[in-house]
Amino acid sequence: MITLQINGEKHAIDVAPEMPLLWAIRDIIGLTGTKYGCGIGVCGSCKILLDDSPVQSCMIPVTAAEGKNITTIEGQSKNLQLLQNSWEELNVPQCGFCQPGQLIAATALLDKNENPTDEDIDEAMIGNICRCGTYQRIRKAIHRTVKLKNQS
Amino acid sequence: MKSIKNISRRSFVKSIGLASGGLILACNTSVFSDKEKAPENLINFNPNLFVQINSDGSVILIASRSEMGNGVRTSLPSVIADEMEADWSKITVQQAVGDKKYGDQNTDGSRSIRYLYEPMRKMGAIAKAMLIAAAAQKWEVPAAECSVENHFIIHTSGKKIGFGDLVEIAKTLEIPSDTNLTYKDPKDFKYIGKHLKGVDVAAYANGSAIFGLDKRLSNMKFVAIARCPVAFGTVKSFDKTRALKVAGVLDVIEIPRIEKPFGALGGVAVIATNTWAAFKGKEALKVDWDFGDNKVYDSEKYMSQITENVHKLGKVGKDIGNINNAFKKAAKTIESTFQLPHLAHAPMEVPNAVAWVKDDTCEVWAPTQDPQSARKEVTDYLETSEDKVTINVTFLGGGFGRKSKPDYVVEAVIVSKAINAPVQVVWTREDDIKHGYFHTISAQYLKASFDKNGKVTGWLHRFALPSIVSTFQPGVDFAAGFEISSAANVPFDIENLKVEVGQAPAHVRIGWLRSVINIPHGFSINVFADELAHATNKDPLEFRLNLIGNDRIEDTNDPIKYDTARLKNVLKIAAKNADWGKQLPEGHAYGLAVHYSFYSYVASVVEVSMKNNKVKVHNVYSVIDCGTVVNKNTVTAQMEGAAIFGMQLAYYGKITAKNGAIEQNNYNDYKMIRINEIPQVHVEIVESTEKPTGVGEPGVPVIAPAIINAIFKLTGKRYYNLPLSDYDLV
Repeated sequence: MITLQINGEKHAIDVAPEMPLLWAIRDIIGLTGTKYGCGIGVCGSCKILLDDSPVQSCMIPVTAAEGKNITTIEGQSKNLQLLQNSWEELNVPQCGFCQPGQLIAATALLDKNENPTDEDIDEAMIGNICRCGTYQRIRKAIHRTVKLKNQS
Repeated sequence: MKSIKNISRRSFVKSIGLASGGLILACNTSVFSDKEKAPENLINFNPNLFVQINSDGSVILIASRSEMGNGVRTSLPSVIADEMEADWSKITVQQAVGDKKYGDQNTDGSRSIRYLYEPMRKMGAIAKAMLIAAAAQKWEVPAAECSVENHFIIHTSGKKIGFGDLVEIAKTLEIPSDTNLTYKDPKDFKYIGKHLKGVDVAAYANGSAIFGLDKRLSNMKFVAIARCPVAFGTVKSFDKTRALKVAGVLDVIEIPRIEKPFGALGGVAVIATNTWAAFKGKEALKVDWDFGDNKVYDSEKYMSQITENVHKLGKVGKDIGNINNAFKKAAKTIESTFQLPHLAHAPMEVPNAVAWVKDDTCEVWAPTQDPQSARKEVTDYLETSEDKVTINVTFLGGGFGRKSKPDYVVEAVIVSKAINAPVQVVWTREDDIKHGYFHTISAQYLKASFDKNGKVTGWLHRFALPSIVSTFQPGVDFAAGFEISSAANVPFDIENLKVEVGQAPAHVRIGWLRSVINIPHGFSINVFADELAHATNKDPLEFRLNLIGNDRIEDTNDPIKYDTARLKNVLKIAAKNADWGKQLPEGHAYGLAVHYSFYSYVASVVEVSMKNNKVKVHNVYSVIDCGTVVNKNTVTAQMEGAAIFGMQLAYYGKITAKNGAIEQNNYNDYKMIRINEIPQVHVEIVESTEKPTGVGEPGVPVIAPAIINAIFKLTGKRYYNLPLSDYDLV
């Protein structure tokens, strides 16, 4: 048995130790907000926060997440909720499929950097592909979130 | 919950062209597929297939088309809501299952608003008329004394009543005839033509939106399928020993190829308790394939062959004037050859489907652009009748044309039937890149002649590309009419014009990809026109406007008219927005392109720089004239996205085949544009009261040629072939 702590909740699961975290989250635990996009760690759709670091969950085995706090798109974190609000207000998503990964990457960015520049955003978000091409709005939504935070 | 029977509705729904011949069952218009979702203890009123008003005032509007980022679940209902003066905050959008009673549901060809704008307004107008009639009856006043405003019917005396309170009376009324319907003056629109936020953005942002890949059923098995690397190859034999040893793998079975355009490719299916085990089991399989005839396919050699074919006479697609004469008499001629590779759709969500064949019924949950086509394929495979097959449409994580081809749905049904359990078939990204319906590979040859005054007197466009028709009629090896028209309808005022097609047999499944044939034709025409401008030392903008010539309606043999004034208008606005002709920073240059497709007019000016021999696109100024706009937010978003989609095919889009097998694998070698590469996209939408036309696709074809034209301006070097990664420029 492997125990995962996801969004503050503990889940004991019986899976092969090498199963990528992504599939444990999606198929075993049933949280489907975290997406499969490439399976080789190049698209960012499966990003989750592992103790506050953005990680492509398709690339790490479940055992590497044991004893750590996992935050998925369904989870709570101040920056995540603020960003989700900006995503809605600026109507960022088109098909929406990559957006959980985008939001997790953006959350990790704002957790570390309170005033990111466009270059900082590029660096933090370069691992996340959006086939619909919503990048311009993603950038704008991150800036909006920062602006609202700074105002309050 | 009982729906209302009102047989008179049948003729009504038919009369507006939504029934496409199918019988409307008046007792079966309930929108709820499962009971728990139905509001309790509510009386409801269904004036038509698309509207349900409940006694608590809540309104359910049906989206009959698929949501894949096109914003259709917002735009279509907003048209109904606006016309019936419903309060947008009281509306829930419900996705229709695949059923002919909804009319054409194929979310493809940039058609949703174009086809459904008028019918949706009518749906709203009917609901409105019946609510007014209900209020008039309740108050015993003439209907003419009642008006409608924001979910209330208001009498001239000042009294008002909410929609919900009229449901009981409204449901007893007859459907009004067409002549009794009134439509809003467009100046009174509240939602149409405005920036309406998407109804699903919150669900997308919090991860609760259920895509096909997210559908779960109890006891559902996960399935991965090994398909032959070569198109239409078959299984000779396979060894499942190692696959069965993978923890979680339950079974391995062979599945047949279904020889239909949207049939399954066939192969070996690995059934497991989770997706990862299915993927691992598939990797562990040993399959001996009979590759079949397509193993000869080498796309590099093939490109040489079709290039030869465009350098000799082809079949005539269009012939106006006398091109040979024009060339003979020319003061100058210019010719160029263009080569564009296959492309893959690569939507973020891979093809996948959940199917459950249970007794004599089958239920499917799938991200499909065309649920009726899926229903037909499943019905055919199961040799049953359509009423036994339910196709639920989930959110689509991108479509771009890939998900209008339901081969993956058929696969899921085959496996579910074979193992008698609900299954989810999931394609790996590698499967998606290697086994899709590829955008065609093309060679094009263009030649133009000038007279001594620099006027273009002749235009020859010869192209060879495997046709989409080859997917439907194996053996077809010339482009079809719809693939010729975007070259034949070139809107240039040239006396002698000829379009020819060369031979090009298909060796992979050819399918349509966002903007389809307009990709090769929009590219070659726009790059070549720019080349002609430079050859005569003309400004490309001025040259192009002159080449389009006088304002006129082009003879395109189509009910929607091609108006060259609108074409020039978008180009002029794009140039104005970019301040064409202004001094740009050192090392920057503009390029332009303009193209008509899906009945819409689009122009883009792009600003490009080159640094260390690498291209950077800084700004894209795009303008679209798509007639009446329903949701400006959606149109703007589609144009922004189209710029990125166009950049991807310009930068990286290239699928190649060797020994019949696709060489690319995943997003690592079939690259996408990333955030560090994006330009600022500035979109202007032309204000228009013309009929609505396409939005999803027309923004794509102009981007690549505009980039190439800017690179030429900057470097003096003309790139005729894509992608730019082949030249190490990106």
